[in-house]
Amino acid sequence: MNPANDISSESILKDFPTLKRRFDGKRLVYLDSAATSLKPESVIEAVADFYRNHNANIHRGVYRLSQEATALYEETRKKLKRFFNVPEDGEIVYTKGTTEAINLVVISWARKFLKRGDTILLSQLEHHSNMVPWQLVARERDARILYIPIDDRGNLDMDFFLNAIKGGVRLVSVNHISNVLGTMNPVEEIAKVAHENGALVLIDGAQSAPHIPVDLRAIGADFYAVSGHKMLGPTGTGFLYAKKSLLKEMDPYQAGGDMIREVTLEGATWNEIPYKFEAGTQNIAGIVGLGAAVDYLETIGMERIREHGERLALETRRRISEIEGVRLFGSDDSSPGGVVSFNVGDIHAHDVGTILDSYGVAIRTGHHCAQPLMERLGVPATARASFHIYNIESDIESLYNGLKKVTEVFGKWS
Amino acid sequence: MELSDLYREVILTHATHPHNYGALDHADRKSHGANPICGDAFDIEIRLDGDRISDIRFHGMGCSISKASASMMTEMAKGKTVKEFEELLDKIEKLVRGELPPNERASLGDLAALAGVASFPTRVKCAILPWKTLESAIESDE
Repeated sequence: MNPANDISSESILKDFPTLKRRFDGKRLVYLDSAATSLKPESVIEAVADFYRNHNANIHRGVYRLSQEATALYEETRKKLKRFFNVPEDGEIVYTKGTTEAINLVVISWARKFLKRGDTILLSQLEHHSNMVPWQLVARERDARILYIPIDDRGNLDMDFFLNAIKGGVRLVSVNHISNVLGTMNPVEEIAKVAHENGALVLIDGAQSAPHIPVDLRAIGADFYAVSGHKMLGPTGTGFLYAKKSLLKEMDPYQAGGDMIREVTLEGATWNEIPYKFEAGTQNIAGIVGLGAAVDYLETIGMERIREHGERLALETRRRISEIEGVRLFGSDDSSPGGVVSFNVGDIHAHDVGTILDSYGVAIRTGHHCAQPLMERLGVPATARASFHIYNIESDIESLYNGLKKVTEVFGKWS
Repeated sequence: MELSDLYREVILTHATHPHNYGALDHADRKSHGANPICGDAFDIEIRLDGDRISDIRFHGMGCSISKASASMMTEMAKGKTVKEFEELLDKIEKLVRGELPPNERASLGDLAALAGVASFPTRVKCAILPWKTLESAIESDE
């Protein structure tokens, strides 16, 4: 590899101060970016700089400091629109993250428009945040939920989808990339077919936005939910992309300041979109930090980030499969999300995680907020290693060596 | 933190060869306990003779700590009155939080090995899950 193109060069590692942490004298090997990414210095600095130099509430003050804060807050929206290629008829509404973005659609759209007997189409692959809100509203509205099955490698059963979509489906909601398997769903085809059959489409972009180029114009979804904190931005940031026409007819999400146009003792009228959905003082500093995260990602380039994460994930699959008893989930051929889910023999993932932690290797263990998927895979839990731009080849060796220790500790007992 | 404090031999033995594992015929009371964060889940079934736990079995899925804790718990709980079990539970909760004085550990037998959990805060809930499940089985009063 050309060193100039090696995105995991020293300079990139230096951008992420958390990587200086040591545990029991061992370098931190952070393999849990699918849960939340580390933050580059530029993002941390942007948040601190906002509080130091530009702190004021937005859309309210006539004074210059408030105007600066407003401009910074709106600048991130412009950056996000460019970064995700938002079409003219689309808008970005800030949320705390993907979970809130999906809940916003459930509360503001489904509660208003979902009727008795309507169908919501989800999949077995979904994160709890793309299941439970729908289960609640379906119960409330006496609507029905269908789940698209998956095969053993995590591919959606598209025949099931093509058949089910013909039966009165109001909305399809699936993830773009699975948080457990790192595999990608054919969201453009899903959106096209759904629209041909009169259904709306929501895509959970929590794992795609941080790892691959996402072109919202090309995908054509009606809603797209993103977490800022997984794409190098601050926690408590994210957004819902939606078609403006839908946002106009949807009910407000929360009521309060900034979301109104006029209030009388009898009632209120709503502010224009997106402000109709941004009640109360938002996470202004976080949003400013998210703008800095977009700048950072653009500097590296999303194509390179995808290539890097996927390469490390696939190399990890090859390397750890040399260890006896390792069972891999997902696909050997692709992992655009940079994710490797696995188990070691009968050893519970928590025990794997605790032993790896003692060697400074941080992975996620458990059901990954996807219990129905665990059920489908026939396991109570998995261990999951996930990668981003600040991971390097030697992280794979650290994981491999840690897993060898796991088998040593448990080997003679199983 | 030392791994060997957590994964003591007695714990690994119980985890891989759990005692009183399986379903209990003619159970008087039972409870299903799950840990919402990790998805570990156990069923515990008991027979009561008056207020004495005359028999107990457990089954389910969990990590080595939760499984060993369940196995050792069933050994200790069998034959105890409900009140004696509650006293034991109180001790175990202190033990895994590092709050039980060493001189009070002697009476705990194998269970004393759970003391190492105190250095691993994320694993405390694993060790406690079977105990809370048995407590709610006792309270279930079907």
